[in-house]
Amino acid sequence: MRETPLSNCERRFILRAVQERKRLDGRQCYDYRNVRISFGAEYGSCIVELGKTRVLGQVSCELVPPKPNRATEGILFFNLELSPMAAPAFEPGRQSELLVKVNRLIERCLRNSKCIDTESLCVVAGEKVWQIRVDLHLLNHDGNIIDAASIAGIVALCHFRRPDVSVQGEEITVYTPEERDPVPLSIHHMPICVSFAFFQEGTYLLVDPSEREERVMDGLLVIAMNKHHEICTIQSSGGIMLLKDQVLRCSKISAVKVAEITELIQKALENDQKVRKEGGKFGFAESIPNQKITAFKMEGVAVDTKDVEEQAEEIITKADPPSEVFTQPILHTPGTAQIGEGIENAWGDLEESEREETADEEGETDATAFEWEKIKMEDTSITNETEKDEPIVLSDSEEEEVVILEPQAPPRKTRTQANLKQENTSKKTFNKKRKKKRVAH
Amino acid sequence: MAARGMPAEACVGQLVLPGDVLLLPAHPDEDGERLRLGAGAARRGRLLCGPGLRRGGAGLMVTKCGLLRHRPAGGGSGGGAFWVDSQQKRYVPVKGDHVIGIVTAKTGDLFKVDVGGSEQASLSYLAFEGATKRNRPNVQVGDLIYGQFLVANKDMEPELVCIDSSGRASGMGVIGQDGFLFKVSLGLIRKLLAPKCEIIQELSQLYPFELVLGMNGRIWVKAKTVQQTLIIVNILEACEYMTAEQRKQALAKLSGN
Repeated sequence: MRETPLSNCERRFILRAVQERKRLDGRQCYDYRNVRISFGAEYGSCIVELGKTRVLGQVSCELVPPKPNRATEGILFFNLELSPMAAPAFEPGRQSELLVKVNRLIERCLRNSKCIDTESLCVVAGEKVWQIRVDLHLLNHDGNIIDAASIAGIVALCHFRRPDVSVQGEEITVYTPEERDPVPLSIHHMPICVSFAFFQEGTYLLVDPSEREERVMDGLLVIAMNKHHEICTIQSSGGIMLLKDQVLRCSKISAVKVAEITELIQKALENDQKVRKEGGKFGFAESIPNQKITAFKMEGVAVDTKDVEEQAEEIITKADPPSEVFTQPILHTPGTAQIGEGIENAWGDLEESEREETADEEGETDATAFEWEKIKMEDTSITNETEKDEPIVLSDSEEEEVVILEPQAPPRKTRTQANLKQENTSKKTFNKKRKKKRVAH
Repeated sequence: MAARGMPAEACVGQLVLPGDVLLLPAHPDEDGERLRLGAGAARRGRLLCGPGLRRGGAGLMVTKCGLLRHRPAGGGSGGGAFWVDSQQKRYVPVKGDHVIGIVTAKTGDLFKVDVGGSEQASLSYLAFEGATKRNRPNVQVGDLIYGQFLVANKDMEPELVCIDSSGRASGMGVIGQDGFLFKVSLGLIRKLLAPKCEIIQELSQLYPFELVLGMNGRIWVKAKTVQQTLIIVNILEACEYMTAEQRKQALAKLSGN
């Protein structure tokens, strides 16, 4: 879809506001928006919200052969995707420039800074190493994708646990999480990107630009730093000329910001750890606040549920109550009885041999097949007449019925599956003289 | 699916869901469930079937979820109207709506205007008050236009004009250079456009400002200073989720400053 164009009056207004040191959402020039980190149920998945910008990060691992020229190091793979749900302008096929730029920046920030110890990812030198894959998805675009993505990336990596591995000679054993606790990655430091937007040829500077501000800015400076004040990556785009003291000022600001954000991340990680250890609930579902007004508020009942109750009662009264069924077996010949109707017994040979044996007891019947199947509560469509004199016809319900009889004991009491909660009918021992078995369908 | 419907009068002001069928009061000389709209004599007047409703076999079929509203038959406007008050953010062009558009291209004697719909609307340069072939309006790319739809259906690209049927501007045209444009949901716009809207009245107690509301969810505000404009922008954006008391509190705090 086409992006909504920026009108002249918006552009002028934002520039005027920047000159007066005012921002659209009331922040100060060097203020970040609210950072909110929530973790998923799996290790290594997190959602970072920077104001309204949301990024989902997911880390996974796999054992692969290492690169030939780096036989003792693990492999890191980063992938950021701009989901079409993030902004109407993002389409699956064609986001090229912005996508490449952000991907490269995240890679440089997280890979080239050597924040992950790749040597520790080696299992068998030259043969098997861990490949760690970080997938970042942009869920909503409200400016400053780079910062949000870098926070999501490093948080997901810190949160991730890989399976424990032991090597004995030539054998590698990978333990499941049940056998041995998974092991966290070895992370040296946490690089975080901080973005600065420049206006009016570098005169004015804003930290953490929102989407509108990004559209109007002249240039962008991104500094990736960790809490030890080491600069991991620095990139300036937009072609603006920056003076030395401007860059130094930015790096001082980013040192302060990175310290705050790192503290926030540590706290979030600790909280999550605590909740998991205490057995509390964790995951994305828990982090969504309840009672949040997302629409117009209305007093009183919104949905008229009067009809629903009436309908429900109707259904209940119209339905037949499940009845206790006593079916009378039909005696064809001595030793052969039938209960209900059904298809012909498909146990060909067995039938012949059984017919040779005669039964002493009259009307002895046998248990039919028991298929234990699930009881369907709604199935009340079987109508059974309980007159004892006539043969009982069981209806053609889809449900197979289990007809279980007690041997040697007239009158036979048949309990069909239509009676709902009777799945603990005792498993009946087969009569040796199995006469004729009919499976009622 | 329920075949029976509810009488429409009973549902006014309540939540209806797509698929609900509303029965209109039967006229004595008609079949009980058959619906006659406008075909009758002038004395009955035409019942207007508004947004979110569609004429179905048995009555009115609801197609959007929301609250059912009714305007009773009054003087000149015929036999009353039913419609569904629903909430959405994406705008679909409707004929006669007044909207704020952003000019994206100027080609020959046509302007291309973005109105937030699926297609850009076209605006002829003659559709301004007092415009002739020699006297062209002063419109640049990126300017804001307040106009109404002359043609808006799903088969053609919509057409905007900045004059009404008698050739007068009546407030439409190019919107001034300053001020700020922002977007809210369509439901809030309709709320603000209602006569005697509380929000607008309370805001006007704060400080004077100019306001243009477009039915496509866009609002243009201009106040004396940048700070005042930003305050109004933030309050209007927050009005979506604030209750009346919260709003009064926020405004009381501001006017106290």
